[in-house]
Amino acid sequence: MRYAAPTTIDEARALLAADGDAIVFAGATDVVPQMRGGRPEPSMVIDLKKIDRLMSVGLEGDTWSVGAAVPTSVLTADAAFTADFPGLSEAAGLIGSDQIQNRCSLGGNLCNASPAADSVPALVVNDAVAVIAGGGGERRVSVAEVVTGPGQTSLAHDEIVVCFEMARPAARTSDAYLRLIPRTEMDIAVVGAGVRITLDGDGTVSAASVALGAVAPTVVRVPAAEAALVGSSLDDAALAAAAAAASDACNPIDDKRGTIDYRRQVAGVLTRRAAGIAADRIRTRNGQTSNEERAS
Amino acid sequence: MSRTHVNCEVNGDAVDFLTEDGESLLNALRDELGLIGAKEGCGTGDCGACSIIMNGRLQCSCLIFAPEADGAAITTCEGLASADELHPLQQCFLEGAALQCGICTPGFLVAAKALLDENPDPTETEVRYALAGNLCRCTGYDKIVRSVLEAAVQIRTPA
Repeated sequence: MRYAAPTTIDEARALLAADGDAIVFAGATDVVPQMRGGRPEPSMVIDLKKIDRLMSVGLEGDTWSVGAAVPTSVLTADAAFTADFPGLSEAAGLIGSDQIQNRCSLGGNLCNASPAADSVPALVVNDAVAVIAGGGGERRVSVAEVVTGPGQTSLAHDEIVVCFEMARPAARTSDAYLRLIPRTEMDIAVVGAGVRITLDGDGTVSAASVALGAVAPTVVRVPAAEAALVGSSLDDAALAAAAAAASDACNPIDDKRGTIDYRRQVAGVLTRRAAGIAADRIRTRNGQTSNEERAS
Repeated sequence: MSRTHVNCEVNGDAVDFLTEDGESLLNALRDELGLIGAKEGCGTGDCGACSIIMNGRLQCSCLIFAPEADGAAITTCEGLASADELHPLQQCFLEGAALQCGICTPGFLVAAKALLDENPDPTETEVRYALAGNLCRCTGYDKIVRSVLEAAVQIRTPA
């Protein structure tokens, strides 16, 4: 097996195009364990971390660009990024240990195509766009369209995810991500829930995005939960309706991490709680009393 | 299998070695450079026994392809002590009985060093989260956590 460390996207794509058994990697935190397990057995591993554009994070105008190979610890340590996307930052900070977060990337988390990938629901609720380099140049697709099933993506063999583009959140908008695991660290999501909401001046929800992980073959966007939240003041009835819609949207499996019924119920609970956290973040930022403070 | 010539800095010394491309940095450190502190526990990035600091970041050397180390600066547990004195973390682990079988210890020492380099005054909770990527089947962790907190005190207030 060969190791290659190209410094340009064109060079990386040429290596891929010339060898049907070559694979690309960033942190290799999923690829190496999979190789140790016998699949895949690549003829070449192409390291993407020497390509500047895949390792850059920056704000241009009102659009964030996050390189696909940037270690997630760089994102969680970036105060400006975390202020704009606290939910995505907390999702990135839940992936494995410090050792893993110093290598693992959003591009790898997406392209590994695990239904339980923590960062993907958080990317989806922020309408993140994947910039993909391929034969005809670059194309931009919604992150939700990249993964087609467990371990499966819509990428052609010689295509590479270069970066993610996300518009800065509108005023009075914030996100949150919650995941349930049976312990506090170092586990894979039983259920993950990402929520982004926008509140208008009187506290009414004017926009909402809800996406769930680990409850279906791919991350699930839940328009019915979004519709239940929009127009409400996040009152109990609206939150209960959103939770019920999230539970209904699940198509989970029974496995050692949780049963179908358990996952359905938890998806509703996490959706409700994440909506509350996102709203509290908006109110806190705008100097208003949060729900937590009101309760105390 | 292709072979690559790797030049890097390990514990302050310029070194070079020849490695098969698919080899892990962990095996290269152990087999080519004779640095057998880092251990293979799981080989999949879960246990932290192979922890090293590469280019300032704590990482599992079992997940790194050896050729990735070309041009890198690496610290292993062998780099903690000076010529005639143990690192405060090592001394505190000894005095605090923070090890039994010792397999996980080099990884814990390196992970704890990475923590204290960044946060010289961690809380117990911060220590426990920072060491969540290191598994120990002997100690129950309590003596490890206490020893790291004691070492932090000693490093902040040298005798």
